Amino acid sequence: MQGKHGEMNKTSKKNMKPRRIVLREEYCIGCRLCEVHCITQHSMSRNIIKAYRGTEPRPESGIYFEESGPVSFALQCRHCDDPPCLYSCLTGALYRDRKSGQVLYNKDKCVGCWMCIMSCPLGAIKPDFKNQRAGSKCDLCLEAEFPACVANCPNEAIILLDENGQRMLKNDD
Amino acid sequence: MTIEYLIIGNSTAGINAAEAIRETNNTGKVTIISDERIVNYSRPLISHYLGGKITEEKMIFRDREFYSDNRIELQTGRKAVSINPGRKTIVLSDNTKIKFDKLLIATGGEPIVPPIEGKISMPGIFTFTKYDDARQMLDYMKKNKVKQAVVLGAGLIGLKCTEGLLAQGITVSIVELADRVLANTFDRAASEILEKELMRNGCRVLKNDTIVRVEKSAGKFAGAVLKTGRKLKADMLVIAIGVVPRIGLAKGTQIKTSRGIIVNDRMQTSVRDIYAAGDVAQAADFLSGGKSVTAIWPVAARQGRVAGYNMAGKSTEYSGSFAMNSVELAGIPTISFGLTNPPESPEYEVLVRTEPENRFYRKIVLKNNRIVGFITLGRIERAGIFLGLIRERLNVSSYKNSLLSDSFGFLLLPSEYRKHLVTGNGIEV
Repeated sequence: MQGKHGEMNKTSKKNMKPRRIVLREEYCIGCRLCEVHCITQHSMSRNIIKAYRGTEPRPESGIYFEESGPVSFALQCRHCDDPPCLYSCLTGALYRDRKSGQVLYNKDKCVGCWMCIMSCPLGAIKPDFKNQRAGSKCDLCLEAEFPACVANCPNEAIILLDENGQRMLKNDD
Repeated sequence: MTIEYLIIGNSTAGINAAEAIRETNNTGKVTIISDERIVNYSRPLISHYLGGKITEEKMIFRDREFYSDNRIELQTGRKAVSINPGRKTIVLSDNTKIKFDKLLIATGGEPIVPPIEGKISMPGIFTFTKYDDARQMLDYMKKNKVKQAVVLGAGLIGLKCTEGLLAQGITVSIVELADRVLANTFDRAASEILEKELMRNGCRVLKNDTIVRVEKSAGKFAGAVLKTGRKLKADMLVIAIGVVPRIGLAKGTQIKTSRGIIVNDRMQTSVRDIYAAGDVAQAADFLSGGKSVTAIWPVAARQGRVAGYNMAGKSTEYSGSFAMNSVELAGIPTISFGLTNPPESPEYEVLVRTEPENRFYRKIVLKNNRIVGFITLGRIERAGIFLGLIRERLNVSSYKNSLLSDSFGFLLLPSEYRKHLVTGNGIEV
């Protein structure tokens, strides 16, 4: 009985709140290290030098970085509670991960209909026209304790909140 | 006692409703009825299938596990033929009766077939809204070595079908009653750019015209005669002039209908425990304030979800729909929202940026300094930001001049809105 109940909880969205990245733009110094580390983390080698040397395909970062004068900030998927991209997706390529509650993306299912590009009010998904599919979208670095952008933000502009909205502190915080 | 939730229709409205019910109610029985045999499939993708770009497997947007994981019973291959709202039962095509406590009608739309002289149910004439249509077309094309096709209707369905046919090496003549293609989706400038591209891809586009008669030879379709007298010899005809809500089940019952099934802001019909969602429903219209049928995928998903929550007792309000389309035609990606072609009136302000050499066109329609319409053609990156601005009815007067600039992004938006988005839960579709 206990086991069965657990099974039910697995499919119930109430228990699927994901961790969430939040940006504090007043702390952002515009160094763009978040992009560098996002690209590195999603590269084949996960090595900052190799990822940038051109010897392996360099992935797109999952971040839109904006800057104008003194104001700058990095924006990535917020893994919405009520994700428009997921409801608009024609193929089921975008889905909510049962365990983590994150909005993830199965490249193999995507046909590049661009409904996600259309529906995300943050404009947080990048199209990949060469391969006719959604290109990159923040995956919160999946199993990593802290997403690369959070872990490497030198001024704590990008922080991570846990399932209950509490800030998760890194060791050096 | 177990509550019985019954859903007629297994596309995105029905499936999202089932999901929402299960999120809210863990014990009720959820059943989906579908007259088709496949586990489910994404209708907008049948043109990709027709073009040979994807397999059946890829059209399935929720796998079989989805039903078992969520304890949703899927009954395929039988059609719901009648509803008895008083007794709370429905009857299926094999005379089986099913009881319900809460019912969702998500039967979608059906193709409009215009009055054309001659019997139009003959081999070689098709409509194009279902997986079976695409399959039968492919089969017919192969058996009859089809080389030329006529597509009646230059709306989204007609042009997507054209794309599929072109990909199969078939020559296409498009016949359209209006004076331009995609007259309901775009403005004249955008229509003209796309029409040029279609013609460059080998299409013939015949506007201000329609089919009045079809010709038969050796027992099958052989050509069409147009209103202007022109004759088109062809091996097949696709009728794609639009869809109407499939409201047959509501007819003759207390369920109120107009163009579609009328629903309130909880997606509830005029009968208490009966709901409707998706292409069959006539629901709140975000821009006009009235009720309209907005037959598009994301709207169906949203309405299905709202219906499902309300059916399961979680009161949820529908905030209204407006048109939104993402379509790639002739290699040009396009995204459009809302009122793209406003009437000539001082009420509306129109901002346009056009770069024909780059095949780029963007238009923003404003009313009282709020965005109510949007077209982008050629460049679609971050187009969703504009959808958010429409949804939130933000006054854009302070950054109106930047809306069309390359650097347009969140930095130009008021910081409260930006913060609401980046730290909040986003905006619904």
